[in-house]
Amino acid sequence: MRFVDEFRDSDKARALAAKIAELCEPGRQYKLMEVCGGHTHTIYKHGLEDYLPEQITLVHGPGCPVCVIPMGRVDDAMALAAESDVIMTSFGDMMRVPGSNGSFFDAKARGTDIRMVYSPLDSLKIARQNPDKRVVFMAIGFETTAPSTAMTMLRAAAEGLKNFSVFCNHVTIIPAIKAILDSPDLRLDGFIGPGHVSTVIGCRPYEFIARDYGKPVVVAGFEPLDILQSIYMLMLQLSEGRSEIENQYSRVVPWNGNPVALRAIGQTMELRPYFEWRGLGFISHSALKIRENYAALDAETLFQVPGVRVADPKACQCGEVLKGVLKPWECKVFGTACTPETPIGTCMVSPEGACAAYYNYGRLTRTKVPLAMPGPRP
Amino acid sequence: MCLGIPGEVVEFMPDQPDLARVNVSGVRRVINVGLLSDEPPVPGDWVLIHVGFALSKIDEDEAAAALAFLEGIGQAYEDELTALADSQIE
Repeated sequence: MRFVDEFRDSDKARALAAKIAELCEPGRQYKLMEVCGGHTHTIYKHGLEDYLPEQITLVHGPGCPVCVIPMGRVDDAMALAAESDVIMTSFGDMMRVPGSNGSFFDAKARGTDIRMVYSPLDSLKIARQNPDKRVVFMAIGFETTAPSTAMTMLRAAAEGLKNFSVFCNHVTIIPAIKAILDSPDLRLDGFIGPGHVSTVIGCRPYEFIARDYGKPVVVAGFEPLDILQSIYMLMLQLSEGRSEIENQYSRVVPWNGNPVALRAIGQTMELRPYFEWRGLGFISHSALKIRENYAALDAETLFQVPGVRVADPKACQCGEVLKGVLKPWECKVFGTACTPETPIGTCMVSPEGACAAYYNYGRLTRTKVPLAMPGPRP
Repeated sequence: MCLGIPGEVVEFMPDQPDLARVNVSGVRRVINVGLLSDEPPVPGDWVLIHVGFALSKIDEDEAAAALAFLEGIGQAYEDELTALADSQIE
């Protein structure tokens, strides 16, 4: 497909890998974080770590929307869905996320009306078709999906639809990156910036990372060569002692983002004082809620939301994985009690989660095993 | 969920200016292009589609520039391989 196949050529990947290796200073270790779960998926699907010198470690960041939803919010959504006149709708990724009493799929099997949708506009359609039901859209995601929710709300308001509302769980990426930069656990050398979030917010919001923390950021596309080229650009900055914001994905990401999308978000939503992230805890000003003048579309206003807080399962180490402190295979339950079929933690649920990416593509460690033992010396 | 897919705008829906029919890998479907209302796409433009909305126009010049860089890198690699094949180290 156009703009996809061209960025998958393996010869070019090897050429980029050779350039990257040339930029490694002997004896120095490099830790680069790919913020976005979409990047994590590409890295494992295409085995990109195998192209890189062992001095470079890719650390998987918190940019997987499903992974960071705390269990309490899933339980809250379940409570809404349990009302007899409610049809709950959400993206497919959300369906297997475990709450304290199972996932959406489990609840659906028990007879709760929960439907998977591709777009929030599909929820709107369900609302039009079911005027005697109240249709709730469980909105999740970073700035990539927030504009779609906002546009859908504006459409619902314009149509005067009375039986549609949004249970808003949108989060914002910048406070999460800041939390990671301020975390004492982890020293990073640079960031592979999230491509599709940046189509909306642009590249300027990352400037503090270069200015205040002295780390380079390269906003990257999602094909294998996009990611390798971004690593090359980061390594070039590091070798030249620069820390700047660069845009590898300029074919899609405008430097200033998408002003229409930002306006739509700003019109319908505002920052919450704080929000709980799975594994990262409470982060201030890190999530969006629906503005008061759109209260008629806000499930948190229309329904009694229990607002439960549930501790993550003890065995689950998603928090450490989300912060990049642990590799997925270092978690005690990885691949045994926790698999994509029976996930304990969110990182194993979404294809963008680091654990699911590792599990699905069979990459347990980076240790390179020699193909044959060397023969005895003569 | 964060993965967008590129599609080519085929036509706009009559009476609904923010809906367009796009071609994605040979499949035609309708998406919302309201988020691009500052600079609306025209048929033939490529857009990045995300949960039913066109989030961004794909800039052909920028795509060509990125590919030119990668071609250059690929060529350097092939030159290196040719040079290695030609060498006679003894």
